[in-house]
Formats: sequence, C-alpha cells, structure tokens
Amino acid sequence: MLQLSIFLENAKGRLAEVISLLAECKVNLRALSLADTKDYGVLRIIVDNPEETAVKLRERKVVVSLTPVWVLKVPDRTGGLAEVLNQLVQQDVVVEYMYAFVEKENEQALVVLRVQDKAIMEKAMQTLNLPVK
Amino acid sequence: MDRTEEQWLEGLRETVDKVLPIRHYQESYGAIGIKRAEDIKSLKDFQRLPLTTKEDLRKNYPFGLFAEPMENIVRLHASSGTTGKPTVVGYTRQDITLWAKIVANELKRVGVTKKDVVQIAYGYGLFTGGMGLHYGCEELGAIVVPISGGNTARQLMLMRDFGSTVLACTPSYALYLAESLEESQISRDELKLKIGIFGAEPWTEGMREEIEARLGIKAFDIYGLSEIMGPGVALECPAHQGLHIDEHFYPEILDEEGNPLPDGELGELVITSIEKEGFPVLRYRTKDLTTLHYGTCSCGHVGWSMDRVSARVDDMLIIRGVNVFPSQVEEAILLEGFEPHYLLVVYRVGNLDQLEVQVEVSEATFFDEVRELEGRQDRLKKRIEDALGISVRIRLVEPKSIPRSEGKAVRVIDKRNKEG
Ligand SMILES: [Zn+2]
Repeated sequence: MLQLSIFLENAKGRLAEVISLLAECKVNLRALSLADTKDYGVLRIIVDNPEETAVKLRERKVVVSLTPVWVLKVPDRTGGLAEVLNQLVQQDVVVEYMYAFVEKENEQALVVLRVQDKAIMEKAMQTLNLPVK
Repeated sequence: MDRTEEQWLEGLRETVDKVLPIRHYQESYGAIGIKRAEDIKSLKDFQRLPLTTKEDLRKNYPFGLFAEPMENIVRLHASSGTTGKPTVVGYTRQDITLWAKIVANELKRVGVTKKDVVQIAYGYGLFTGGMGLHYGCEELGAIVVPISGGNTARQLMLMRDFGSTVLACTPSYALYLAESLEESQISRDELKLKIGIFGAEPWTEGMREEIEARLGIKAFDIYGLSEIMGPGVALECPAHQGLHIDEHFYPEILDEEGNPLPDGELGELVITSIEKEGFPVLRYRTKDLTTLHYGTCSCGHVGWSMDRVSARVDDMLIIRGVNVFPSQVEEAILLEGFEPHYLLVVYRVGNLDQLEVQVEVSEATFFDEVRELEGRQDRLKKRIEDALGISVRIRLVEPKSIPRSEGKAVRVIDKRNKEG
C-alpha cells in the first residue's frame, strides 16, 4: 500500500492548513501520524486514492512523496501487536516506524509499518502469511 | 585587439584629458602633481591616480562629474540608490552609439544574429539593463521584444507566440521563468529559446547549469555597471573562458588597500572608460570581486578577460568577524542537490551573530524518513560550514515560501541592526 508523506514547515497553523486542504480535496483520511522535529514535520497519511491525492496536493504546492508501507491486521487480544512484531523480527525485518489505527466499519485494529528493506519484508510476509488489509 | 602599453596609455590619457576640467578631478589629481594628461608617462603613473568611488558620484550629485555640457547629453540613467541619493550618469549621442556597438559585437560573438528574437525581461527605466540590451540588439538588427521585467505568465505566452530565441534578464528571474514554465500549460517544445544573456547579479556555475538544464538553453554571463556604461562591459566567451572585456574599458584588480594585484589574483575590479564622452569614469571601484587575465582566447578574442564575478563587496556579510558571501552558500546548496532558492537570515542572540540559511525542500530533496531528511540537512550544514568557516543553522522550508524576484534576487535579511 502507498502512504502519502507530506513535508510540513513548522510555521504556525501549517498543519491545520494542510488538513483543511485535504478536506477541500474530499480526501478521506483513514490514518494519520506526524513525525516532528524542531523545524519541520513529516505528516504521514493513509487515504483511499493515494496517487490521485498526491497529484492534487502537488498542484497546491505541497511537497509530497508516496511511500510503500504495509498495513497489517492486528489480532484483537492482549499482546496481539507484540505477536505480529516478534514474528517479523525473527524474519530479520527492521521497522523504521509504525503507527496504528482502527477501522470504523468493523473495529479492526490495523498497524502501518514502514520497513528498512522491502525485499526482506516481502519474503517474511510470504513465510508468515500474516493477515493484511 | 592587442594593445601595447603605449596604446593603452593613449586612450587613458584621453580620458584624463576629458575629466581634468572637472573640479573634483582637478583637485584630487592636482594634489598628487598631475596637472595635464601628459604627466602620465607610464601605467605606473596612471596607477597613482586616486580611485573614484560611488561616494564621489553621490557628492557630485546629480551632474557634477559630467564631462560634456548638458546640451550634448541625450540620456540619463541612475542607480536604484537604496540608501541616500542615486548615482546619475549621462550619455552623449556618441556614447549611446558606442554602447550599442559594444553590446552588438558581444552578442554576435555568442551567436546572436539579426534573425533572432530577443526577449528583454530586464527592467526598463533608470536602470541600464533594459535599454542597454535593447539598443545593442537593434544595432545588431535582431527583433527586440521590450517586455521588461515581471508578469511571468505573459512572458511565457509571448515567448511562445513571438518565437523568442534569446532571453535577457537576471539569472534569478530566468530560474523563476523556468519554474513557471514547468507549471504552465506551455511545453518546452513550443518554445524556440536557445540562448540566455543573464547578469546584473552575482551567480554561480551551479546556477548556470541549473538554468541551462531547466530551460534547455546556453546561458552567458553579461557584466556591466551603470556607472561604467551599463550591461556590455564584458560578456562571457562562447567557450566559457571567462568574460571578455570590451576594449573600451581598461581593467585593474586591486587589493583591499588599493594596491594593484597581478593577473589571476582575486580582488576588486576597477575600471577606466576609453572614448566615453558624457560621463567618463577613471579608476572606478566596481566593488565586484573577480580576477583578470590578459591574452588570446580560443574563440579569437584578444585582450582582457575576467572571471565570473564571485561576489560583490557590498554583499559581503561580516558574521562573527568572518567574511561571508551569499554565492558561497549558493554553491554549497547546489552541490548538495537542493534548488537554489535560499535566504540568509542574520540575527543576534545576546552578543553573538547567528546565520540561518533557509532552503526550500523539493520533491527531489524530500524524504519520508526524518532520519534521511536530517542526514541531508546535516550534509548541507557541514558543506556550508566548511565553505564559510562559521557555524550555521539550516532551516528547510516549503517550496515557494522564499519570495521570487523579477529583478535582482534578495538573498540576505540582516536583522542585526534593526534589533539593536
Ligand atoms: Zn573566448
């Protein structure tokens, strides 16, 4: 799945501006996470039509890139996420970052994973056969 | 044309002769015992003559240093003069003709012909850029489009509709046009543009490569100052062997104390005009830093050449006692793969000067991973710090957040004095 990554200058109100811009473009935000540094932030979002949304944002002078990520279903029980992660670690997958969200329709917990090495992750997914979104 | 010392002296003496009736020169030259042009027996004598500065022009505002009666003057130009009075220059009919011929010759050398359509996007008016190129192109017989600066959408439309083949403007505006072209409905294939004549502000080799790649043209650096004549004092060689100085200008390079420096050493360019009537200049301090070379070029030019002006003395910032030029920062930015849209902000925290360099992030320099982005930022920081010798703070900003200029770009905001 492709995630949209957006560069945000930490100017006052810029985050709200970009979120409003997404609303204007009628984009349904399924998940969102913000990585923050002193000067700028990287807003990461999961939307229904990432490519189309990227085009719209670029037209509005927003710096955006499409990043491949994995969206995995997390078993609905204590330690469910730990289970998934431990399995991946055993397959040598290195996670760069992750964030979780819950799908409205069925209250399914999901986790977005960005990994260091795509090939290792693909192999791990084949071996483990983890449920994906 | 190759000239001997005596031939140069002949021209220089003529200029001295022309200015000696002016009180300013009478007084300053009289003080060192030069009463007549013949008192200058060698180039060494010539180099004893006091330098002329922008301040001298201001003191004699507006017409005090003109060498012809006002009835012989047919045009005035003036510098923008951001502080105090502008500097005013006057041209006789003969000066205008000479200027046009000089510019026409130079343009011919880089391949501009009477078949070309030249879009002059330099400002027209008191600034010499627009009119200087204009008369030169007409002299050459090219088709002039005197569009002046600004109104970028219209610039691109007419560039397409008129089939402009040559663009003349500041390098920063050329880059802005390139950027606007990429976003416009006009494709590069619809344009006939092939040559760019860019000047009026210092720029780097990296900037040239950027403009050439994005506009798909050959870019040449044109040099000039209104106080000397305007654009055309020198134009870059087609083989990129520096800028060839026209033979109507005698150049010198001086160190900070005003001592002559040998060929190839970096210093301030000082120029004396030859055959100019209305406003001859003698040993005028340009405040531009460059190096000089004398010789025969592979393109056929014989005489003086100068390197691209790397910096203006006036653009120099002194930060924590260190000399800093915006062009050094520009070079580092381009080398690290960022786009040359940047701003230097100097401010003070306590008693310590701080330099913040703002650089725009683009699709090419943006990474989803903060670590990666910070890595790029660190590499840029290190490269700038290595070049300047002082620590800097890098701030990545969003595209188009640094204002674009239609004339000379604003590269520096110095907040130190205002904050007290
Ligand atoms: Zn040459």
